[in-house]
Amino acid sequence: MISFDNVSKRYPNRREALSNVSFSIGAGEMVFLTGRSGAGKSTVLKLIALLERPTRGTVMVNGTNTGTLPSRKIPAFRRQIGVVFQDHKLLMDRPVYDNVALPLIVADTPLREIDKRVRASLDQVGLRDKERALPSELSVGEQQRVGIARAVITKPRILIADEPTGNLDPELAMEIMRVFKRFQEVGVAVLVASHDTHLIDQFGQREIVLDDGTLLSAGIAVSGEPFRISATAPPMPELPNIEARR
Amino acid sequence: MSTWIARHVQALLGALGRLARMPLATVLTVVVIGVALAIPVALALVVQNARVATGDFRNAIDFTVHFKLGTPLARAEQLARKLRQRPGIDTVIVTPAAQALQEFRRNSGFGEALAALQDNPLPHHLLVRPLPEHSTPTEVESLRRYLTAWPEVDIVQLDSDWVRRFNAILDVLRRGLWGGMVVLGLGVLAVVGNTIRLEIQNRRAEIEVTKLVGGSNAFVRRPFLYTGVLYGLGGAGLAALLIWGGVEYLGQSVAALAAQYGSKFSLAGLTWRDTGTLVAIGAILGWFGALISTGRHLRRIEPRA
Repeated sequence: MISFDNVSKRYPNRREALSNVSFSIGAGEMVFLTGRSGAGKSTVLKLIALLERPTRGTVMVNGTNTGTLPSRKIPAFRRQIGVVFQDHKLLMDRPVYDNVALPLIVADTPLREIDKRVRASLDQVGLRDKERALPSELSVGEQQRVGIARAVITKPRILIADEPTGNLDPELAMEIMRVFKRFQEVGVAVLVASHDTHLIDQFGQREIVLDDGTLLSAGIAVSGEPFRISATAPPMPELPNIEARR
Repeated sequence: MSTWIARHVQALLGALGRLARMPLATVLTVVVIGVALAIPVALALVVQNARVATGDFRNAIDFTVHFKLGTPLARAEQLARKLRQRPGIDTVIVTPAAQALQEFRRNSGFGEALAALQDNPLPHHLLVRPLPEHSTPTEVESLRRYLTAWPEVDIVQLDSDWVRRFNAILDVLRRGLWGGMVVLGLGVLAVVGNTIRLEIQNRRAEIEVTKLVGGSNAFVRRPFLYTGVLYGLGGAGLAALLIWGGVEYLGQSVAALAAQYGSKFSLAGLTWRDTGTLVAIGAILGWFGALISTGRHLRRIEPRA
């Protein structure tokens, strides 16, 4: 689903944020991206979500080479990926329902379909009864779950999260991670950037470790076999239907 | 298709809602646009009304040829026949002195005083109208010299000289009007463009999130375009109201003034068609101003992680 092949990224007037990084993540895998602050975790996520393009190397996401994708096709590309942020990036003046519906609205999805899927998404994260609330009326953990509901409403094959538990207490953090795990179980490739080693250890998933822009380890697949760097991604499964689990 | 319509209705209602939430800013913007649209339209109406009030320019090129007293009517009619054969002449009407006196008595209000006169002091005269295509200043002057050269002629009067000058002024005004329309149209574009730019800045976070979840530039642009159209419509509506109010306010006074000169002229305002055109122009200017502004500023806003 995601492959980095000798990817480097240099920001204007800055040092190299990533240097020759290669790894692959397959469908239905849950992977933690770890490293200290400034290690390059956010840059990896930005390259996957096409918020940045690689300076060198190839980033393939869902079969698309992000380095060569024309700008006009970026919106459609982004609709295939669910992104969760540490600061949630919610529209604070819109109710939960509108925030969650936004990815479908921009895709010109029929209203009836939007209604069905928003409610299903909110069910997934346990916020069905909060659909009319404003984000400011929710706890931080609930806001994060709204962010997750919005990220998964398009039934993406890839879900990426940047420090999704950074502002949460351990109990809430664990709850959020369980939500991610549920999506992984239905075939979604989940990549979570985090430096919470305690949390990562509890889940026992594969870890990709970065340090100062270089790859220290591409981790071990949960099957126990060493994960091959630059390995070809496994065949893509059918689009996971999150609602099927309801 | 219904989804597409629903999205547009949603964008339109969203734009209306945002305008309603900032009433003072909205009203001020609409007033600026309204005044900018009303000025050239009012000037156009002034020119149009002035043309109507002074009559058709073609009718204004009329010569009155007064014969010397004692010139026989037969000679006047003979000269009139000769004149009709001259190229470039449209109409020649002979008015005998007796008829002229009768008309003067009827129209001047001096009937009783004129009755006291023993002799008719008025001469025979001709009304000469050249063809429109032979009414250039050179040809009119040539005709005037030709008529003056007749020994029987006392005075050749071109009463329309002031009309000609006035029409020349109106022509200058009309040309200036086009320039003014362009400048004020650009002003409307700038006002709408700047207002939309500020709104884009205020909604930067929302735009970033929308683009982050896959919103295209076209999707993000849509509500701003509706906002521009609404500003244009509001401004044009206000301009039409201002013009209507102005015509209503001045109408009676102008009609009374015209009546003093024996004219039935009344001030003409905007027709329904004119009003429709004004509203359409307002909407197009608003849309175009928003399009320029969004094209320039939305591209610079990209989502940040």
